Amino acid sequence: MISKTKRLLLGIVIAANFCLPQESMAGDSKDEVNVGSKKFTESVILGEMAYYLLINNGINVIHKAELGGTQILFKSLVQGELDIYPEYTGTILQEILAGESIKNEDELKDKLASMGILMSEPLGFNNSYVIGMKKEIAEKLNINKVSDLRNYPELKFGFSNEFMDREDGWPSLQRKYNLPQRDVRGIDHDIGYRGLENGSIDVIDLYATDAEIDYYNLKSLEDDLNHFPEYQAVFLYRSDLVTRNPELVKSLLRLEGIISESAMIKLNAEVKLAGKSEGEVASRFLERELNVETEFYQVTIIDKLIQNTYEHLFLVVISLSAAIIIAIPLGIVTYKIPRFGQLLLGLIGVIQTIPSLALIVFMIPLLGIGAKPAIAALFLYSLLPIVRNTYSGLKDIPLQLSESAEALGLPSKVRMMKIELPLASRSILSGIKTAAVINVGTATLGAIIGAGGYGQPILTGIRLDDTGLILQGAIPAALLAFGVQGLFELLEPIFVSKGLRLGENS
Amino acid sequence: MLRLKNVSKKFEELQAVSSVDLNLWERETIVLVGPSGCGKSTLIRLAIGIIAPDEGEVYFKGELVTPENLMEIRRKIGYVIQEGGLFPHLTAIQNIRLVAEYLNWDSDKIKNRIKELTDLTHFPVGALERFPLELSGGQRQRVSLMRALMLDPEMLLLDEPLGALDPMIRADLQDELKEIFRSLGKAVLLVTHDIHEAGFFADEILLMKDGKVLQQGSIRELLDDPVDDFVKKFISAQRNRV
Repeated sequence: MISKTKRLLLGIVIAANFCLPQESMAGDSKDEVNVGSKKFTESVILGEMAYYLLINNGINVIHKAELGGTQILFKSLVQGELDIYPEYTGTILQEILAGESIKNEDELKDKLASMGILMSEPLGFNNSYVIGMKKEIAEKLNINKVSDLRNYPELKFGFSNEFMDREDGWPSLQRKYNLPQRDVRGIDHDIGYRGLENGSIDVIDLYATDAEIDYYNLKSLEDDLNHFPEYQAVFLYRSDLVTRNPELVKSLLRLEGIISESAMIKLNAEVKLAGKSEGEVASRFLERELNVETEFYQVTIIDKLIQNTYEHLFLVVISLSAAIIIAIPLGIVTYKIPRFGQLLLGLIGVIQTIPSLALIVFMIPLLGIGAKPAIAALFLYSLLPIVRNTYSGLKDIPLQLSESAEALGLPSKVRMMKIELPLASRSILSGIKTAAVINVGTATLGAIIGAGGYGQPILTGIRLDDTGLILQGAIPAALLAFGVQGLFELLEPIFVSKGLRLGENS
Repeated sequence: MLRLKNVSKKFEELQAVSSVDLNLWERETIVLVGPSGCGKSTLIRLAIGIIAPDEGEVYFKGELVTPENLMEIRRKIGYVIQEGGLFPHLTAIQNIRLVAEYLNWDSDKIKNRIKELTDLTHFPVGALERFPLELSGGQRQRVSLMRALMLDPEMLLLDEPLGALDPMIRADLQDELKEIFRSLGKAVLLVTHDIHEAGFFADEILLMKDGKVLQQGSIRELLDDPVDDFVKKFISAQRNRV
């Protein structure tokens, strides 16, 4: 029976190894360029633009879309996991290089260059905060600039909660422009638009390139006293690209200065409101503006599902097999050397208490982004149930059985393989089952660091507020969890002796 | 055959066995008897080396038992415990041949030996492929005995071998067991709490209490000449029940 187990594990490992080379070879290839983007629509569109522009030049590009957060992207860029990603000047100053007193653009470029990063010229739009109101009201009252608001103290303001608190938000805006309005409320951003529609609010805060600006027919008021810091969109890229592939940099920089604010609003709207894909929107834009013929193809839901399934299984199968191979021996050690074992169980228990999202992100400095850190985190998560169940399965063997085994004169290794492990098999298998179900669910978080899987459509769905898309990830993930559970129930007759299964009925 | 020399064993605060001497000769049957917790099970576990004595020594055929020769010696001893101690994940026949397979006996030899044993214990051959949970209590005990006898050991240790059986089966099996002991002519050390059973099997009885041997002798000696009140009470308590 044990040899069967071994053979199966070996099979899984071999299968996993067949999958691995594609992944790792891709990572090692020298002429490959990795473009990253953050998990909001505008960033993904800019990432797609870079992707289609470069792929058109015959460059081997991968777009790792929808990665979680500024720090993850910037660190990946510095470490070389990414070569290019779109960023905003304000974010670089306020978030990435916060605490460095940088006074002008030259100092900023110098600082980035010292980290091996170059910054493109602005792409043409400034996505900072703006103050907006309905166009018809603005025209009626002849309001064009923020300072014009001074003349209308009766206007009702509704600002996002974040804007109410920010350093450059409402309190300082009020001071700078000396605004007289009293009716100022903190509200949810999305409710703000509806408030404007039904007239309960007159003025809200916006991002300059929000898709909704066109949709709700809003006017952005000019920041005539230059209150808001600039959030010019730029590309950050690794300086070694210049030597690795100067042509590439040249073609990337063709995007400098060509995307106006109104153009970006339209692009965002096409994705967020009209439901087109970022790739389609980006490639059409390149065709229009740069005369670049792009080979855009619409990916079908089925193709996406297959891709996501492949990526998800890749994460689960490798991390779970590794966990099984490591955790069962650890469980045996825990049983044999209880003092060390308790320490081990405690340690693995602590790992389990780290929120899964945090654990996945912790892996980035060690393993970069992509499948590797996700697999490492899932591996660590899968250890505890298997170690614990192996240990308790062995510990719960009745004394008379372990003494009988000993009295037969079998050496301890043989006792473990022929008697103790088979007696603990049901407990071990149920530990593996638990680990597998946790693993399948947690693997959806891998998408945040570019590992793909069923988390990808969930992430996109959350970003676009598209329930259908969320379900495209959530339903297969749930089905896979059920499937995995079913699979282990089918495996039970193979791994758990009939003689033990008889016991549950009596 | 087996000699325990002045052995003592303590479990935390409890002195389970204190300064016991025991000599088991070839073909002799010694029965350890006493109330529960008297140390008789501990003593038999000391004899097969599942636990090591704190003090004293165990000799098997004149050889001091050490961790090095323990495995070897265990294979020369058959061990049967209450409810058989059969491995539930293995069928009856797998239980019986487990050690022989480990020792790489060829399959004919195994087959022949199992045939002899089923004849000896009157075990139905058809039930050999069953799992322990599919067997009756008496059958389980026979399988356990066959497993203990598989390597043709020189000595049998039995810890309450019939303790879990109902009285009818128990009486039948007592007869059979005694017959088997006689026909095999092996040294037997048996533990029971039942003075009748002790008297039925024993050449010599060791009556234990609180880890000590109170009295040693034949059943007749214990009946006629109890060393103290406890021995008298222990024997009469069980007698009066009938």
